[in-house]
Amino acid sequence: MKMPLSWLREFAELPDNCTPEMIEAAFVKVGFEVESIEIQGEDLAGPLVVARVVSIEELTEHKKAIRYVGLDAGEGKTRYVICGASNFAEGDLVVAALPGAVLPNNFTISARETYGKTSNGMICSARELGISDEHLGIIVLAPNSGSVGEDAIELLEIREMIIDVAINPDRGYALSARGLARELALSLGLPFKDPAEVNYLAGLTASGVKIVPVKIEDLTGADLIVIRTLDSVNVKAVTPLWMSRRIEKCGMRSISIAVDITNYVMLELGQPLHAFDADKVQGTIRVRRALDQREFVTLDGEKRTLSPDLLMIADDSKLLALAGTMGGLESEITDATVRIALEAAHFDPISVAKNSRSQRLSSEASRRLERNVDPAVAAVASARAVSLLVELAGASYAGESIDGSLPALRTIEFDPSGISRIIGFDYSESQLVGALLSIGGSLAKSSTTSWLFTVPTWRPDLEVISDLAEEVARVHGFDLIPSHLPTGKAGAGLSPIQQRKRGLAHLLANLGFSEIYTYPFVSPEMVSTLGFSGPRAASFKIANPMSDEAPLLRTHLLPGLLQALQRNIARGAKDVAIFEIGSIFRDATVLTKIGLISTSERPSDTVIKDIYGSVPAQPLFLGAVVAGSLDRKGWWGSGRNVDWSDAVSMAERIILETGNEVEIVQSDLAPWHPGRCAELRIDGKAVAHAGELHPRVLEALNLPPRTVAFAVILTELPFPPKVNSTRVLTMPAAIQDISLFVSADIPSAQVEAALRQGAGELLESITLFDRYEQPGDGRVSLAFSMVFRASDRTLTADEVSGLRTNAAAVAVALCGASIRD
Amino acid sequence: MSVTATDIEAITVTALTAIDGATDLDLLKEVRISHVGDRSPIAKANQALGAMAASERAEFGKIVGNARSRINGAYESRQRTLEVERDARVLVEERVDVSTTTKRATIGGLHPLTILTNEICDLFIGLGYSVAEGPELEAEWLNFDALNIPVDHPARTMQDTFFIEPLDSHLVLRTHTSPVQMRTMLEQKPPIYVICPGRTYRADELDATHTPVFSQVEGLVIDRGITMADLKGTLDYFAQSIFGSDVKTRLRPSFFPFTEPSAEVDFFFNGRWIEWGGCGMVNPKVLRAAGIDPDEFSGFAFGMGLERTLMVRHGITDMHDIVEGDIRFTQSFGSGLR
Repeated sequence: MKMPLSWLREFAELPDNCTPEMIEAAFVKVGFEVESIEIQGEDLAGPLVVARVVSIEELTEHKKAIRYVGLDAGEGKTRYVICGASNFAEGDLVVAALPGAVLPNNFTISARETYGKTSNGMICSARELGISDEHLGIIVLAPNSGSVGEDAIELLEIREMIIDVAINPDRGYALSARGLARELALSLGLPFKDPAEVNYLAGLTASGVKIVPVKIEDLTGADLIVIRTLDSVNVKAVTPLWMSRRIEKCGMRSISIAVDITNYVMLELGQPLHAFDADKVQGTIRVRRALDQREFVTLDGEKRTLSPDLLMIADDSKLLALAGTMGGLESEITDATVRIALEAAHFDPISVAKNSRSQRLSSEASRRLERNVDPAVAAVASARAVSLLVELAGASYAGESIDGSLPALRTIEFDPSGISRIIGFDYSESQLVGALLSIGGSLAKSSTTSWLFTVPTWRPDLEVISDLAEEVARVHGFDLIPSHLPTGKAGAGLSPIQQRKRGLAHLLANLGFSEIYTYPFVSPEMVSTLGFSGPRAASFKIANPMSDEAPLLRTHLLPGLLQALQRNIARGAKDVAIFEIGSIFRDATVLTKIGLISTSERPSDTVIKDIYGSVPAQPLFLGAVVAGSLDRKGWWGSGRNVDWSDAVSMAERIILETGNEVEIVQSDLAPWHPGRCAELRIDGKAVAHAGELHPRVLEALNLPPRTVAFAVILTELPFPPKVNSTRVLTMPAAIQDISLFVSADIPSAQVEAALRQGAGELLESITLFDRYEQPGDGRVSLAFSMVFRASDRTLTADEVSGLRTNAAAVAVALCGASIRD
Repeated sequence: MSVTATDIEAITVTALTAIDGATDLDLLKEVRISHVGDRSPIAKANQALGAMAASERAEFGKIVGNARSRINGAYESRQRTLEVERDARVLVEERVDVSTTTKRATIGGLHPLTILTNEICDLFIGLGYSVAEGPELEAEWLNFDALNIPVDHPARTMQDTFFIEPLDSHLVLRTHTSPVQMRTMLEQKPPIYVICPGRTYRADELDATHTPVFSQVEGLVIDRGITMADLKGTLDYFAQSIFGSDVKTRLRPSFFPFTEPSAEVDFFFNGRWIEWGGCGMVNPKVLRAAGIDPDEFSGFAFGMGLERTLMVRHGITDMHDIVEGDIRFTQSFGSGLR
């Protein structure tokens, strides 16, 4: 929140020469982040004076209405200026910048010719002076609020340091001058004068006439409410400058005397207040839930639909306010208001948070109340507002009605040595005592190991010794905490799957692939374009997606990879090889439903199992797409575009790297080309798909033809035993080639397996080196090269030839092959 | 017919002249046939020795032997010279422009988030930590409740958290990697030393400094006698390993539901304090929810955004580069050795 330094100075005995650096460091030290510090008026130089409007000549011959205004600026003669605003009349007091004045953004005022006249200065708006965003017209000062010729920089208290502090959600009390001044004084070790200790009603006598009664009907909604009734309020009284300027400096707007007083007191003491027109209240003011009253118009004119559990202020027949959040239109203060019922309450923070959230309505009041305000300040703030209404709006005080009571003071019993044990710094007893007293609590020592701390009313966040440890540490400064590096235990290291993930990423990077990370948000259109079905179409849907077009979670890595490919191609890339390693999400299993689970202790093993069972398994995938070539064209040759076989061999390579044996079978899984898709299996289980993408899919996504892709389910790859190395054989190898014909529908992998089986144990390796399909023949010619080697001897020509014959015989028997010799 | 010493000398001189006159290896080969080989005059003179009387053979044999040795020596020397000349000429002729072959293969690379994550994991493994990972789609209870973020906490609103339909599935895209800490505490007994890297989600629009899908790394230590000084020492070590050994850190009091005391950690880099992440001592309420006795064990936790760390360290000025998957960005980081 924004806060002018002068307000803090009223309660904290700050030195005269406070620099922004010092104020920022002081707030940061005690845990308050300073968003910005502005020196308002720093870029402003006079003469800036109060002037009275003595004449107005309307110049009508121009495109917009222009006034030629005569001003009495206390100079003994009339000064004439041109003005484009029209929110003022003869006799009004305005703020005039005279020639020589410099306004923010280095705007120097000088006498100038304009609209056919000489303008000898400028009448200023608040925005032109840099003191607020108000620009609907020029500043019109209230009558008698200043005298002609007076320095307006002084009068408007323009020169001032304004500090914008971020308030953590556990420090609601700090959303006030009182709270911030307390923290600043604490940080700087300066005296603090608590404005909540003033008796603001001293000297006021209650008339006792027509006091509005109050009742808390829902005890979970508030523990204390104070209603004070005032009579004969002059709602048209003008807010004094000192008050309106402070409100503006805090980033709010001055509206009317009654509203300004409630806002001023809220900014000062932290307690939100609401003023009702007491004559619109029928009977008793009540704190209750909305129940069956489902409609309510708030004072912003919005017609709101309520849920029954919202916390409301009501009277005998109707709703008056959305408690702690916003008042109602019907009971708001108007020009006709004479009597005011002033509400100050300590509402349940959660109820206010619900009100605010359900109505999407965050107000200055709700921001404070949902962060918890000091319950002890409600009655004080109400009294402060009463005294201001009496002083500034001529009101007379009728009296109060109160329901509920202050919550009991809370205590924390603790062993003081525990604080040093938490922080790791050996605080002396006087340091501990000093810190805990300085935050406003009281301390009783029953023994050296048992102290009793009474928690100040404004610190509901303090509950246990850890909270007190933080207080001690921040009062004395976190800089005191020493630095010590603890080390863990033996046995640390990456798990096997983590090592595998890392190794495979390096492998692909070294093969020329670029790793990317994509968002896992997918559109239904993409799902249908890719032709996903079954578990791959079973997406989880985000209730509140970033974009309504992509509300689904990915069931596969391809959607994100293909979009990234599109982007790279659109940016001019020709050869793109990308991969991603990431989790996928499929709503394809039955998940456990869980209800409310307490956090006060460890849930039972059964409940923990249920919690884990409520979360779907999220397998880790490795996906890649390649368009163009990995082996580039250049002066050395034409290069080679990747094709389906590259994708299959990359996927195979990945699986082989993990020590698993892989079987490659024909598949037709979308979005791959139905004739160019391989399924890779380990022990009969599919663990990867690879091949060329479906031409339709590529066309729909405007991607290059023949783009290939592969995807491996990393979490499905088993961990086989480590490599068991056998002696490297040193005897000479014997090479035998074999060519054969098989029917084109026999996979070459099957032929290879048959040859392998027939060749026996002396076969060291077998490689398909030629494949030729005779068009229209229905047969395919395959040529394999077989390498034989024995461990103990050189194989003879006869022996090797026999092995080749054996291999051929099995291929003939199992694959219907005919040998081409 | 007999051959005299004078003849031998003449043969020798002729042969030596021919050898010297051979200007390339082909010519030398012809010289070999006529002056060095089996049918050359000197070879014939040698063969003739056999027919001589023993008395003559001794003396004349010596003369012929000397001559042969001179011729052979000259021949071999000439051959070496010519071979060296030929090699030098061929190697010059085969010279290529070696600057033409760069970038022939497509260059790949690891995403810098992976490189940074690996680096962080390795430095904490060196301190005896394990790397813990968990699901991105997570139970609301583990993401919020168990971490002392009750149902009505502002952080749980739809403005920050992605919820999954139907809402009674109580699944969210995790908003931090802290549920991994919770899972670790539920699954293991202290002492616990883990580092938890992973993807996290918050409903922020993508702009130069925000992304709805980002990465965090969190650390969690639960052991006997762990203090805030241990937290500070760990963060000092972490910051210095990532940003340079002269980097300073600063703790500022702050608020997080799952730690108490809580702090923000800043580091001083390139002349200014930069907010790095949140940290604190694990809230006893959180320990209790995990079944760890807060009277026996204490611990600390910290967490920071990896994108921000990356941006500061590598001078990346726009988040779009990190999330868009442009290969040029990845390629500029190589495979982690740079």
